[in-house]
Formats: sequence, structure tokens, C-alpha cells
Amino acid sequence: MRRIDLAIGIGGAAGQGIATPGDILARIFVRRGLHVNAYNAYQSIIRGGHIFLTLRTSDQPVLSQGDKFDVLVPLNQDTMNRHLRLMRAGSAVLFNSDAIKPGGVPDGVQLCPFSVKALAPTIKGDLVQNTIALAAILRLVKVEFKILEEILAIQFRRRGAAAVADNVGVARAGYEYAATHFTEFPFALPDLGKRLAFFEGNQALAMGGAAAGVRFYCAYPMSPASGVLHWMSRHARQLGIMVRQVEDEIAVINMAIGAAHTGCRAMCATSGGGFALMSEALGAAAMMEIPVVCINVQRAGPATGVPTKTEQGDLWQMLGAGQGDYPRIIVAPTNIVDCFKLVPKVFNLVDKFQCPGIILSDLLLSEGRSSIDPTELDFNVPIDRGELIGLNGNGGPSNGSFKRYLLTESGISPRALPGTPGYLHVVATDEHNEDGVLISDEFTDPHKRQAIHEKRMRKMDGVLPLLPPPELHGAADAQVTLLGWGSTEGVIREAIEQLADAGIVANNLQIRWLVPLHADAILSILSKCQQVVVVENNYSGQFARYLRSETGFAAAGHIRKYDGEPFMPHHIVDGINAILAGSTKLYVPVHEIQV
Amino acid sequence: MATLVQAERVKVTVKELKGKVDPDWCLGCGDFGVLAALKQAIVEAGLEPHKILTISGIGCSSNLPGYLNTYGMHTLHGRALAVATGAQLANHDLKIVVTGGDGDGYGIGGNHFVHAMRRNVDLTYIVMNNQIYGLTTGQLSPTSIKGMNTKSTPFGSVENPINPIPLAIAAGASYVARGFTGQQRQLVELIKGGLQHRGFALIDTFSPCVTYNHDNTHEFFKQKTRKLEDMGHDPTDLHGALEKGWMWGDVIPIGLFWRRENLPALDQLEPILGEGGPLAHRPLGVAADTAQALIKELM
Repeated sequence: MRRIDLAIGIGGAAGQGIATPGDILARIFVRRGLHVNAYNAYQSIIRGGHIFLTLRTSDQPVLSQGDKFDVLVPLNQDTMNRHLRLMRAGSAVLFNSDAIKPGGVPDGVQLCPFSVKALAPTIKGDLVQNTIALAAILRLVKVEFKILEEILAIQFRRRGAAAVADNVGVARAGYEYAATHFTEFPFALPDLGKRLAFFEGNQALAMGGAAAGVRFYCAYPMSPASGVLHWMSRHARQLGIMVRQVEDEIAVINMAIGAAHTGCRAMCATSGGGFALMSEALGAAAMMEIPVVCINVQRAGPATGVPTKTEQGDLWQMLGAGQGDYPRIIVAPTNIVDCFKLVPKVFNLVDKFQCPGIILSDLLLSEGRSSIDPTELDFNVPIDRGELIGLNGNGGPSNGSFKRYLLTESGISPRALPGTPGYLHVVATDEHNEDGVLISDEFTDPHKRQAIHEKRMRKMDGVLPLLPPPELHGAADAQVTLLGWGSTEGVIREAIEQLADAGIVANNLQIRWLVPLHADAILSILSKCQQVVVVENNYSGQFARYLRSETGFAAAGHIRKYDGEPFMPHHIVDGINAILAGSTKLYVPVHEIQV
Repeated sequence: MATLVQAERVKVTVKELKGKVDPDWCLGCGDFGVLAALKQAIVEAGLEPHKILTISGIGCSSNLPGYLNTYGMHTLHGRALAVATGAQLANHDLKIVVTGGDGDGYGIGGNHFVHAMRRNVDLTYIVMNNQIYGLTTGQLSPTSIKGMNTKSTPFGSVENPINPIPLAIAAGASYVARGFTGQQRQLVELIKGGLQHRGFALIDTFSPCVTYNHDNTHEFFKQKTRKLEDMGHDPTDLHGALEKGWMWGDVIPIGLFWRRENLPALDQLEPILGEGGPLAHRPLGVAADTAQALIKELM
């Protein structure tokens, strides 16, 4: 049971400095061993608009942003107008009464106005209200002031001692004002005596790449994938990673392929639009049999779409990227820690099977943030480079008749690195025979084409046994099974907890490895389930359709959301209730919070 | 002993540079001359075949890596320079040679062309410029002259062609030359100079298409081309290089337009390549203390 479950919403316009108090609070929480989940709803705007950060903490792992707020910090009138009406009894709203007026206050909501002019008469700047609110929140949950003082010293260190002193002074005024004017919460934020870490999905993906031994990373900036580029750029020199920002995504994937061909582990990340530009080259990687890993951080499409909003709308783009049939491995991490752990695994697979690998993240995962036990971040991962000749310049003896695309039972042909004496060969995006000579132009030969095409494709037969089949989470005899893929795992599992409270036994089958798909294992599980509802963040039920194409299984119900915001647990609960009641087979929730 | 053997290494011969198959180009195609000149330049530059990676795009001329006994990559249409940039940075011990045509490099690959030159990537780029799309059977290319009748411009092209020489100089290429397959000795020297140059070397080469371009023929270039060395051109003179690069008419200059020796190549500017050898051969993994430092950032 959760003893503590505190959700804080901080909202304002872009440029009002929402990130800083969010970071400070998150840092304080994880330093006490509390779990954290943070999600920032924002728009494609540098100044203005409406940004809303949800920061939720608990003594138990936090699976989603949740359904409710205990604290609201509106930094402008707009945020007050949008969110106050959704606050529940027992919650508190902290705001600068010099500039912001509450409207109709729901019953039981504590208004906590403070005057910036009165508390910080000498300090200029809009960010003062953030610091006061931050200090007041900590007073409401009985965190000692010295903890905040320490963090402020770290946070403002770079701006000098005067900035630290100013911020600490303002914070103290806010803290003391809250002590005498506001009613504290009925609990104290505990210190569990263990420190956790806190990171976002894009950082996790980049760190996973570092752990995998990525030596070449290139990208074109694109939200919401740029966080990977930023982490890689910051750590390039420390880790010896070649990081390049290049002219477009076509160049990105082709450069990565060039680097990978020489023996580097090469990675790139983009969002759906950039991925579309990469499609042809992914096929080229498969044709030349060069391992490369591409991350697609999905955002709401099509076209430019909603650049700062989440969606699981690119599944079919991944399945069908590029012309022709070719081997590819596709995986969708189901949580932020998974983002870290999967990258080295995908690299081992693509090295072994010499094909492209796609990691399908989305804005929710990549820009969402989560606490993690630092001991889970194990950089000492197994590395398997597959059948590679010439690494470290050592090729071994050669009889001079190296066949790069040797026809083998597994379909895997040993790969020799350029620079190795005795293994000269040409790799080609044109169809070729075993020794790399083109068969596409003058001497097209249907038998050779068939043989080499089958060789490439049968590599996929070797991949599936290496992937763990999905497993049911929860009671085997549940009355309803919530089937999801990728990033929805957390919110689905929280919805299952809520359903259990209402007497409905549900379980979850979450799919991580998408291609190749454990179709038989999935069908075997689903055929024993009483009722299956597919939950996904897109319009057309992309996974439901994929599942049907691979297994023939048609789900009884669907819950889909495609408004740009992620699911909240009650959206799923409401959907399950509606489907179980027989009132619909397709439930599309309405997102109540206007962000 | 090993070092002695290496020092006495026998120079590769033109014959040993022959690929697994013979070219399937049309009889009389200029590309034969480029292939021959490239082989001769490799021999004269004393390069070892296994240390060369020849990268091409798509088109008649992009089939070249298959006819040359080095490591080769026959990539997608227009993408050779992007692939080459990745390969060069990942293993800067390799000598990167990029080959292709005018459509491949100046058309579909135009973006990579400009940016690879801006970065001064250390590679030798030989463009077999025949001013026509050959493999797609005779459509307008970015270098086709204005007014040219092709399958896609049956009433004559109204567009101006791209001029790769001033474009390359302006974009930052540090070695900019134009050759002609009818001047083999000069072409060998230009390619050899490119192979020995540290930085981006462009050798735009008139390589006439005997099947689809009946305007810009071998005879056409034989009459109009004039060697820059005979025109008193100094390749370190920027204005002279741009001026000569603009010339197109009764006199079309060939030779080395522009060379800048003091411009570091991209790999020379990357601190992580300073020591430790090629990235491709460095051990994988993150040291335990580095891993701890990375985790500490999150706490």
C-alpha cells in the first residue's frame, strides 16, 4: 500500500521557469528514497503558451502521472483558470496573490495565497514566486528547511554566492510564511534512508547506448528525440563517442551506416518525420548487412503533427519502413529503465544478425522522468559482436576467396572490416551474389536472387528464440486482460490497481519485442484470457491490427487515445467499465485537463 | 622482422587492382578512363588496396567499386558522401575514395555534397560528369547545359546547370579540380593529388556518355578544354580559381583550380580522435569509475 502519494502540478507560460522548481522538488524526493514520476505537458513555443508539469512522488514506485493533484502551483492566471476547478478536497493551491486571483474554489480546497511584494520586496524577477511556492510546499509536507537550502546552493552555484543567498533568503521567507498562514498536510514526507536517481527516457536511451559501446552517434535535432543528442554531445569527450549533428536525417542514417561498416557501434535517434527520411537507408543497411540502431521517439503525427505531444502512431511505419522485405528488429521499451537496459541487448542482436534495429520510444517515455534505484544502472553489460573479422586490425589467415555473403544455414555470413588484409570485398545495395558481385544489372539470375534473398530473410528465424516471450502480469484468471505495448505499461498497471479496488480483476500483457513477434506465445496466452482489451495511444488501433495480422486474434474491446496527451489511469478504468458493461467496444477517453 | 617485411612491401600493380568482374559500361564510355586513371593514381600514390574504402552511390559510374580491388561500398543513390563521412570519422586510417556521377552527387546528393565540403572531410571525390542521366536512359542532369534536348526535356531545357567548381570552392572544399578522360596523364595527376591531399578533394571529371549525350562528346571536350597549367593559373589564387571556374564556352579549363593546405580536415579537429587510434577498433564498454560519475549526475 502507498503510505504517501503526493502529486504536484506546476503550470505557467513557457519561459516562467517551471523546470527549475520541478527539478529541485524531484531531487529532494529522490534523495529521501522516494519514487518519482514526472511528465511535462508543453507546446512548440519558446515563450508563452501553457506548460504544465506533473510531479508525483510516493514511497512505492510511481507508475504514471496519476489522476489527481494534491498541490497546484499556478504561476499565471491562465493556469489558475484551467486547473483550479479540477482540484479536489484536501488539496492546496499556492499562488502569488499580487498577480493571480482565484475564481470559484471547489469545496475543501485550501487556497494558499502569498504576496511576492511582501515576502521579497527587494528581489527582482519573475522567478521569485517559484522559489516561494517551492519552499511553502516543502513546509506543507514537513521537510526541514536545511534540505532545501542545500539543494538551492547546488542549483544556483554557477550563478554565484549572491544568487544562492538571494534564493535561500526568499525561500526562507516563503517557508516561514507557510508555517504560520497555511494548514499543513496530514502527513510528513518520510526519508526512507536510501538515495534514488532520477532521469528522463532520452537520457536512459543515451546511457544505454554508452553502455552498449556506441562510438558513433549522429542526429538532426527533432523533438522529442533531441534529448538523446544533448546527452551524447555533453558526454562525447568523456566517453570517446563521435557525436555529430548533420544536415538531415538521410545523412544521419547513412553516416551511421558508414561508421558501422568500419566496425563502430553506431546509433541515431529521431522522431517519426525524420524516421520517414531514413526509411530507404534502413533497407540499405539490411541489404549490405550492416548493423545499425535507430531510435524513433514517436510524437503525434501525421506530418509535422503535434511536435510536443505523445502518440504511439508509428508502429506501421516501422513495420513497413522502406521498400522490399528485409530483416529488422523492432522493440518498444515499456518503461524508462527499460530504455536503458534494452539498448545493449538490441546492439548484440543487430551485431549478431547484421541488420538494422529500431527502438520505438515515444514522448511519454523519452521526455517523461522517473526515479530509479542506481544499482539498476549496470554499465557492465554483455557484449556480443557476432561473427566479425578484423576487429583490432586482426583478420587471421585468409585464403583470398572471402565471400562476404556466404550462404549459410543461419543466414549469417562472417563480416570483415575494411582495413583487414586478405578480405577485400564490396558491399552493395544492389542485389548481389555470395561474393558481393552485383546480379542486378547485367547478369540478373533468378536463382541467385532467390538464394541470397532467402539467406537474408532466414536470419530472422534465429532472432525469435533469443527474445523472451511476453508474460501475463497479474492474476491468470482475471476477468479482463489489458493488452498494451511499449510505454503504456505503467498506466495500465496503475489502472489495474484501481480496478481491483472496485472489485474488477484485471491483468496485463505488455508487448515489448514487436519484430520478430512471439505470435504463438501471445496467441496461446490470449486464447486463455476471458476478455481482451487493447489499450494504445493511436487512432486506428495499430497494434490491434498488427496482432490480428500475425495471430488472427481479434480483441473484444479497444481503448484508444490520440489527443496528444498520455493516458491517465482513470481513462483506462472508465474504458474497461464501459466495455464490460457492453456499452461500447471502442472507448476513447476525453482528456479533462486543458494543456 | 615484421617491420622489415612491411617496409619492403611491394607496391600494388594496376593488374592487382582489377575487380572481380569487368565493367559493364558501354563501349567508349568515359568511365573506363576514370577507372584506369584511378588505378594508376593508387599505384603511384603507393596506397595499399586493403586500406582503401571506395564508396559510391547509384548510376553507371557508381558501379565502379565493383571493378576495383579495394574494400568497397555501393550505397544508395546520392548517399555516398554521407556514408563516406561516417566511415572516415569511424576509421581515419582508411583512405576514402568516393565515386559517382553528376546526378548522384550534384542532384539527389546535393545536400550532402555541400555539407561534406563545408566540413572538409578527408576524402577524394571523383565525379564522372557526363551531363546526362545514363542509367535511367537519358534524362536531364543538374549539369546538362541550358537548351539541351533530353528525354525529359524534349523541347530543350530552360534551366541553368549547376557549376560544381565555384560551388565547391565556396562551400569549403580544400582541393578542387576538373579532369577530362581524354587527358589521362593529367587526370592521373589530379586524382593522385587528391589522394595525397588531407581534406576534401573534388575531381569533377568530364567523362562523356557515348549513348545519351551527343552534345558534350569526347570530341567536344577535346576541342574546348585547356589545361590550367598552360593558362598560368595559380591554384592558391582564390579569385583566379573562381574566375577560371566560371569559364564555359570556347575555352573550358581543366586542371587544379584551388588548393588550400592549411585547412584542417574534420577528423583532425575532433579531440576524441587525437589519440587511441581509429574509433572502430577501440574497446567497447564504460570504465567503472566513469559509470559511477554518470550515475552520480542523476542523483
